[in-house]
Amino acid sequence: MRKLLTLKELSKKEILLSSGHRLCSGCGAPTVVKMVLLASDYPVIASNATGCLEVSSCISDYTAWKIPWIHNAFENAAATISGVETMYRSLKKQGKIDKEIKFIAFGGDGGTYDIGLQSLSGAMERGHDMLYICYDNEAYMNTGIQRSSATPYGADTTTRPAGSVIPGKTEQRKNLTRIMAAHNIPYVAQASPSHWMDLMKKVQKAWEIKGPKFMNIISPCNRGWRSRTDDAILLSRLAVETCHWPLYEIENGVTRITFKPKEKKPIVDFLKPQGRFKHLFSFENEWILKKLQEDIDREWKRLQKESSSEKEGGSSPS
Amino acid sequence: MKLKGWKELTPGAVITEAGNAVQFKTGSWRSFKPVWIEENCIQCLFCWLYCPDMAIKVRDGKRAEFDYDYCKGCGICALECPGRKGNKAIIMVEEGK
Repeated sequence: MRKLLTLKELSKKEILLSSGHRLCSGCGAPTVVKMVLLASDYPVIASNATGCLEVSSCISDYTAWKIPWIHNAFENAAATISGVETMYRSLKKQGKIDKEIKFIAFGGDGGTYDIGLQSLSGAMERGHDMLYICYDNEAYMNTGIQRSSATPYGADTTTRPAGSVIPGKTEQRKNLTRIMAAHNIPYVAQASPSHWMDLMKKVQKAWEIKGPKFMNIISPCNRGWRSRTDDAILLSRLAVETCHWPLYEIENGVTRITFKPKEKKPIVDFLKPQGRFKHLFSFENEWILKKLQEDIDREWKRLQKESSSEKEGGSSPS
Repeated sequence: MKLKGWKELTPGAVITEAGNAVQFKTGSWRSFKPVWIEENCIQCLFCWLYCPDMAIKVRDGKRAEFDYDYCKGCGICALECPGRKGNKAIIMVEEGK
């Protein structure tokens, strides 16, 4: 069952991701993985989509993972782990295994929002008992900062470079968390490593729910975001406090905001420390800042309405 | 750390030794080094939690030393350190100075 989360207690547990991985200095991804694994009290088997996390944690015969871990391809982390989960169910039925094992898939935003979306959608629809975790660093960082469908409007990337022709990416980012919620799966959540307790509680909650679960976790990338190496946690906190990355969960269709910032900060607080948004602070791009703020305000309003209307309705499915 | 030839690799390149990446030391990546000032430490353990390289050790629920074999010197620990009365318990110092 769920235990009380204190860092003192957690620090007694073995961290199931070892040192010596080759992720960049100050990367957000290993911290996300570390927190997810620390929150899990069950034996865990993971699959990994191609991406920074995969290539850097498992280089030529050396692995940083202390759990059974499988990499297949870019597009099929969800399909791969759903196969492993099916085999586990079969072995359990045959009486060859009796342990309670949990299944998890890690993918970056490229491997989740874009390339792996159909295999993820399929696995969720088939109802496998698994948790999919997307660590969202908002572009294809591994291959050199190409734009993905998770890249925010106006961000400078190598395939949508900001200059005299375009002001960075000129397309909206898609809301994957809502797409996953539309699968009507039992649990969908959005989390941030800066709010570690919230993140770990969501993972623990997910493990107690049978069926497909999805979590979207923001994971700052100082190389791609053009920021400092020491601000991964600071930026993920700013993303939450500006409501760029609201923390909420959708359990059986009921939305609940898990963290409401005391004072909603303006989006420029999140954009300013990042070089990928530097061009937005010039006179001709002022409209983009305005647009970004409006988009966030609209989405935050919608989210609040969604969570409060359900409370008033009073019909909570148990 | 030694790279294996193709004849020595297992079928399917399965790695049987969990967490053997520890044989690869990443400490040489560092250009700034975190230094722990124990008297300013309030034992919040945030540094341990936020360290992306698992380079901060905790022993019996108490913060122990840095593992400079793996610390890449990102400085997240120093930035997130609340310190005591405004005095940070972790500061970043340039390597070789």
